[in-house]
Amino acid sequence: MLLNVRNVSKSFPGEPPVEVLKGVSLDLRAGESLALTGESGSGKSTLLHIIGGLESADAGSVTLDGVELSGMKDADLADVRRRHIGVVFQQFNLIPSLNVHDNLIFHARLAGRQDNAWTNHMAGALGLTEMLRRYPEQLSGGQQQRVAIARALAGKPKLMLADEPTGNLDEDTGDRVMELMLALTAEAGTGLLMVTHSPARAGALDSQITLSHGRLS
Amino acid sequence: MHRAAFLALLSHWRRQPLQLIALLFGLAAATALWTGVQAINQEARSSYDAAASALGQGTEQRLTGEGPIPRETFIALRRAGWLVSPVVEGQVNGVTLLGVDPFTLPPMAASPNLQGDRLGAFLNNGLILANADTAPALAGYNVETAANIPDAQATMDVTTAWEVLGKTGFDYLVVTSPQPMGLPPLTEVAPGLTQVTEEAAGDIANLTRSFHLNLTAFGLLSFAVGLFIVHAAIGLAFEQRRSMFRTLRALGLPARNLTLLLAGETAVFALLAGALGVVLGYGVASMLLPGVAGTLRGLYGASVPGSLTLDLSWVLSGFAITFAGASVAAASSLWRVATLPILAPARPRAWAMASVRGRLLQAGAGALLLVISAVIIAQGEGLVAGFAMLGALLFGAALMLPFFLDLSLRAAAFVVRGVLGQWVVADTRQQVPGMSLALMALLLALAANIGVGTMVSSFRATFTGWLDQRLASELYLTAQTPAQAAALEALLDAEADATLPLRTAQARLVGAPAAILGVVDHVTYQQGWPLIEAAPDPWARMNAGEGAFINEQLWRRTGLAMGDRLELLPGWSLPIVGVYTDYGNPEGQAMVAQPELLARVPDLSPLRYAARVAPERVEDLRKAAEALGVPAGNILDQASVKRFSLDVFERTFLVTGALNVLTLGVAAIAILASLTTLASMRLPQLAPVWAMGLTRARLARLELLRAALFAALTFLFALPLGLAVAWMLLSVVNVQAFGWKLPMLAFPVEWLRLLALALLAALLAAALPAWRLGRMAPSRLLKVFADER
Ligand SMILES: Nc1ncnc2c1ncn2[C@@H]1O[C@H](COP(=O)(O)OP(=O)(O)OP(=O)(O)O)[C@@H](O)[C@H]1O
Ligand SMILES: [Mg+2]
Repeated sequence: MLLNVRNVSKSFPGEPPVEVLKGVSLDLRAGESLALTGESGSGKSTLLHIIGGLESADAGSVTLDGVELSGMKDADLADVRRRHIGVVFQQFNLIPSLNVHDNLIFHARLAGRQDNAWTNHMAGALGLTEMLRRYPEQLSGGQQQRVAIARALAGKPKLMLADEPTGNLDEDTGDRVMELMLALTAEAGTGLLMVTHSPARAGALDSQITLSHGRLS
Repeated sequence: MHRAAFLALLSHWRRQPLQLIALLFGLAAATALWTGVQAINQEARSSYDAAASALGQGTEQRLTGEGPIPRETFIALRRAGWLVSPVVEGQVNGVTLLGVDPFTLPPMAASPNLQGDRLGAFLNNGLILANADTAPALAGYNVETAANIPDAQATMDVTTAWEVLGKTGFDYLVVTSPQPMGLPPLTEVAPGLTQVTEEAAGDIANLTRSFHLNLTAFGLLSFAVGLFIVHAAIGLAFEQRRSMFRTLRALGLPARNLTLLLAGETAVFALLAGALGVVLGYGVASMLLPGVAGTLRGLYGASVPGSLTLDLSWVLSGFAITFAGASVAAASSLWRVATLPILAPARPRAWAMASVRGRLLQAGAGALLLVISAVIIAQGEGLVAGFAMLGALLFGAALMLPFFLDLSLRAAAFVVRGVLGQWVVADTRQQVPGMSLALMALLLALAANIGVGTMVSSFRATFTGWLDQRLASELYLTAQTPAQAAALEALLDAEADATLPLRTAQARLVGAPAAILGVVDHVTYQQGWPLIEAAPDPWARMNAGEGAFINEQLWRRTGLAMGDRLELLPGWSLPIVGVYTDYGNPEGQAMVAQPELLARVPDLSPLRYAARVAPERVEDLRKAAEALGVPAGNILDQASVKRFSLDVFERTFLVTGALNVLTLGVAAIAILASLTTLASMRLPQLAPVWAMGLTRARLARLELLRAALFAALTFLFALPLGLAVAWMLLSVVNVQAFGWKLPMLAFPVEWLRLLALALLAALLAAALPAWRLGRMAPSRLLKVFADER
């Protein structure tokens, strides 16, 4: 099993506190893809952040490839992110000061797993070859998201977390980006957990679950 | 509508308290340093004026005798046509009492203001005039206050002085200059009297000019540095409120009114900061003033009270300068708001992303200013040109700084390996526009530090070496009366290895007051007075009475060349055969053979002597001289003269050191202000890197590194700039202001110390933003990916 999530709860401070996750559990096998759907504000992003070690859970455990993440020190969590997890968010994934090429290889180099052939292959497949010298601000939203996907996969991580990666794109562009992402994830042998609002997109993945009122169904 | 709009505009500051603090503090600091320095200058200047308007301005010619001068002698001199005025001098309770004769006192020495009744009281009722600080010391006498009397002095009629001091006769007679032509010689009219030159402080205002110039330049610089902070804070606040401006405009607020509201906001801030700045300025001034006063007293004998008098005009000028500064700093932002299209996109990052073209234009303007500065060097003359040149140089270099930083970071990108290193360099490069104003402030502070530091150190090194040479004699003695002098000379002739009588005559050389030094032929002079320009065989010719030396000041001012004839006294001229350095003296001076001088000015007082004597016999000789009645204070050995001179030198530049630290501190605040205001804008740069596996703590450390990198690069640029400033100060401004040129020396250890200080300042400034980043809630970083911005 690549990913085990057991009884994860999380609430945010407030009056009264917002109980976002109330004991969520899920599993993901290596190389498989899972869609996470749910209403706006249901806690999808929060769950994704906890799995990615970006935020901590109040209770419960997250195990990635047999390694328990909950209770880890900040530095160790960062190490896990660096070496095993790729992330793509809705927007602003790219480092503004680096050009497309440097963005592409950034994460893989951080992880110490740069593979030029694989990066070039992805850049070609995603149609980025012509824009390697450009800067993020000179790209359209769809182009930016394609760069983010390629970057997340460049180090062939064990797990890819995607939070509405096509949420800001128009239908056609979104479809194309989504297809490419699924194909490349499969090619890299990376497990995928993706948040989406679109039932159609969710249907394209191996399986899907829905979060509502803090629980999965 | 306007009230609501104004409150909406102000709400920004509630959410950005640090930015508000930076703005207010920057403005207040700028005001404080400027007004503080002004207060000191003003205080000093008014006490110089007071001193100058009292008895005897500058060097004074006096007639003295053995003991009190009888009234009859004075009357005889007046009858013979001599313009002299009697003075009775004495001490009471630590106050110097001067009894004067208001009718014959020379007109240039503005006598106490004696209008109407006061004159009568002065002449008949024993009225004593002293300033408010001094008057209490004379309680019991008929004292009235007069602001123009210097500290620790009191003026009265000679008859009053006689009564108070229990004396008769006059202590000396002031000789008015010029005297009428064809006077009978002194030896005929008053055989017992000798004419002496009272080597007083000279023209104090003139002497202290270097000092005040220094202070003013620093005040101006600090003000400019403070304005950089304010400009950055205001510019950023406007940029961040762009979307609010858009909304207000869309809701029907005309651009003109919006601009007026913002100008009003700036005015409110200026009022607050002005009040704070004036208070702080008073604090700065009172903190520095005792030191300044001590220095001025030791260095120039100028009396400046150690406490401040606060006047309204000073407070008002403080506010005026705050308003002027705030207007300058806000002008460009206001102009942009006034011309802002309603639908301008809200792009906070646009502020940080100055176009390449803009940056090149700015660098071009900077280069142009450097060229202008060079042209002024080649063409300009005078002190104003000197400062214009310095201003153009500093401002031009500041404008070029972003270009230089960008260039060096671009170069660094080729050298740095490793993915993080490359990112840091690229990210630092992107931060250049946002940081450039603060870094310009740092640049100015560093360049001023290097420039002034190099000047002071060069001066110190040169001055020390020069003192060592110049103060070659082991003992310096001043007799009180000609009779004592004769005994002293006999003693020295018998006991010392060499007696060097010092004789100085006042004269006008090339149209300006100057001194003529008559020296005897002794090897001491050849060793102690290095010539910076000389004709062949200069010493032999000077000693033979065939030539004269002049000091550097006179040489530079007049442009005289070797062999040109210099008229020393009417009917006596000599060719110039050498030029010697004479630091610290504002006046021209010539050196001639003593016999030649005495032959033409026989009345010269023979009171001062230098003696060459083996070191182990110095004490014996001192005791022997004291036995003759020469006061101990009039016998100085070489070491104490040197120590005294160096002490005075160090104290002079103590204030410079304090101001150096203050300007650096202000620059550090500028960096802090920029970093804290930029911090929120930087999240989009940092969040992706964090998400990809760098801890916040590591990112925070990298932020510190980045600040250090900026400081180091700025220092690199500041070093040649500071040396250029030092060169200009030493070889242009000093020459114009004081008439001497100093060799420029390099002090690499000081540079390293300054680099360390700059790094420390940058690290301190970056510490708070970095600490906040290190502890930032992950949700704030995650917001970057979800926010619609
Ligand atoms: N830092 C925070 N502080 C307080 N409440 C928060 C915070 N982050 C999220 N929440 C709240 O937690 C709940 C879940 O938020 P989350 O972003 O996980 O929802 P989501 O399912 O991703 O929604 P969407 O589909 O709109 O992205 C929301 O009610 C949100 O207001
Ligand atoms: Mg979400």
